[in-house]
Amino acid sequence: MSIPALEVVGLSYHYPDGTEVLRDAGFHIHPGERVALLGPNGAGKTTLVFHLNGIFRPERGTVTVAGLPVENANIMEIRRRVGIVFQDPDDQLFMPTVRQDVAFGPANYGVEGDELHARVSDALSAVGMLDVADRPPHHLSLGQRRRVAVATVLAMQPEIVVLDEPSSNLDPASRRELATILTSLDITILMVTHDLPYALELCPRSLVMNEGRIIADGDTRAILADRDLMKANRLELPLGFDPNYGR
Amino acid sequence: MAGTHTHALFVHGDSELHRLPASTKLGALGLFVLAVVLTPREAIGAFGIHAGLVLLGAWIAGLKPLFMARRMLIEIPFVLFAVFLPFVGRGERLELMGLSLSIEGLWGGWNIVAKATLGLAASVVLTATTTVPDILSGLDRLRVPRLITSIAGFMVRYLDVIAGEMHRMRVAMLSRGHDPRWIWQLKAYTASAGALFIRSYERGERVYYAMTARGFTGRVPTFDVKARPKDWARALSVPAIAWCAAGWAVVAG
Repeated sequence: MSIPALEVVGLSYHYPDGTEVLRDAGFHIHPGERVALLGPNGAGKTTLVFHLNGIFRPERGTVTVAGLPVENANIMEIRRRVGIVFQDPDDQLFMPTVRQDVAFGPANYGVEGDELHARVSDALSAVGMLDVADRPPHHLSLGQRRRVAVATVLAMQPEIVVLDEPSSNLDPASRRELATILTSLDITILMVTHDLPYALELCPRSLVMNEGRIIADGDTRAILADRDLMKANRLELPLGFDPNYGR
Repeated sequence: MAGTHTHALFVHGDSELHRLPASTKLGALGLFVLAVVLTPREAIGAFGIHAGLVLLGAWIAGLKPLFMARRMLIEIPFVLFAVFLPFVGRGERLELMGLSLSIEGLWGGWNIVAKATLGLAASVVLTATTTVPDILSGLDRLRVPRLITSIAGFMVRYLDVIAGEMHRMRVAMLSRGHDPRWIWQLKAYTASAGALFIRSYERGERVYYAMTARGFTGRVPTFDVKARPKDWARALSVPAIAWCAAGWAVVAG
C-alpha cells in the first residue's frame, strides 16, 4: 500500500461556544484519487477542510499529509502540500494581477526568477487561463476566477487539492469547463460539494458527512443510489436524476 | 459587475513610455515635480521648457490633446481659489479692462496654476502609461514600505467587491420599498454602512485564511520588473532637463 496522500484519524473539534462540529471523523485518500465530501449544511465539512492545512488544530485526533503530521514544526510544508481552493474566488484572489496571485504561493516558499515564471505559466496553462495572466482578477468572470483560483494552488505543486464547492454559482458551461479541467489534472482531489451529479461525474469515491462524523465511505454511484442513506443525511438528487442511468 | 476603474486611468498602447519600468517613471515624475516646484515663478522661460517636456511625453505616449484636457478638468476645484488672488492681493495694483488687480496676487495665482497644471499633466502622462499594479510594484522597487503598498493593493483589489456589496444592499433595500428621499430614512443607510463594515471585516478574515493557506507569513512578495540602467537613463533625462531649466532660472534670476 502506498502512503496515503491524506489521512485523518479520530478528529474531534468544538467551537468555543461548545457546539461539537467534528466527532471522531476519520478517512484516508490515496495518491491520484478523486474523492467527494458530501453532507448537508452544518455537517462540519468546512471545519474539516480548515483542519487539513492546520488553520484549525484538532482537539483530539491527527491529520497526516503524505506521511507528514499537521503540527507547528512543519506547518509551512503542510500548507504547500495541501492546496485549498476556497468557495469565493474573491477571497482567494487578492493580488493586483492574476500572474502575481498565482506567484504568491510559490514566492512564499522562496521560488523566484525563471522557475517562478515557469510555475505560474504551467499552472495557468493547466486551467487554460494563461491569456489573462496580466489582468486584474476582478475583470474576470466567476468561472474564470474559479479556474485561476485552482491555478493558484497548482503553482504550489501540492500533494492534494481540496476544493470547497467548486461548482457553486457557475453557469452550466463554466461548470462543465471546470470539470474538464479537473479531470485532466493528474492530481489527488478532495471536493466538498452539494452538487451531487458533479460528484458522480468527477469522483469515483465519496464520503458522506453528517453531524461531524463520516457516515459512509464508498463508491459514489452506490452512495447516491442508497435512498435510505441519502434521506437520513439530508442529501437529495435533482428531480429526475438517476445515478444508475447509462450503467 | 466587474468594474473598470482599475484601468480607468490607463490608456492602452505600446509606446516607449508604456514600456519603461514603472519604478523609473515614478522616480522621474517625483524629480520633475520637485524641479517644477523649485522654479521661481518669474522664470516664464523655464516653465515653457517644463511644459514642453510634458507635451513631449504626452506625444511619445500617443495621448491626444482632448484626452489630456479632459483629465486635467479635475484640477479646477483645486486651483479655483488661485483665481481670486489677483482681486484680494495687496500691494501695487494694475488696471486691466476696468478691473483693479494686485500684481503680487497675479504672480501668486500664476505660480499656483502653472505649478499645479504641470504637476498634474505629468501625473496624467504617468497614469495613462502605467497600470495600477505596475505603479504599486514600482513603488515597492523604490523602497516604499511594503505595508503601505500592500494596503494600497488590497484597496484597489477590493474596492469593486465592496462597491458591489454596497450596490446589492441598496438594491435589496429599494426592492423592499425603501425610498431614500427623506432625512429620517437615513437610519437605514447608517445601518447598512454598519453591515457593510462587518461584511468587509469578515471578508478580511477569509482573505487572511486564504493567504495563510498559501504560506503567507507576514511578508507579501514583490514581482516587479527590475529596471536596467538604460531605462533609468531614459526616464531621468526628462527631470534632468527640468532641473537644468530651474537651476538656470535661479542663477539668472
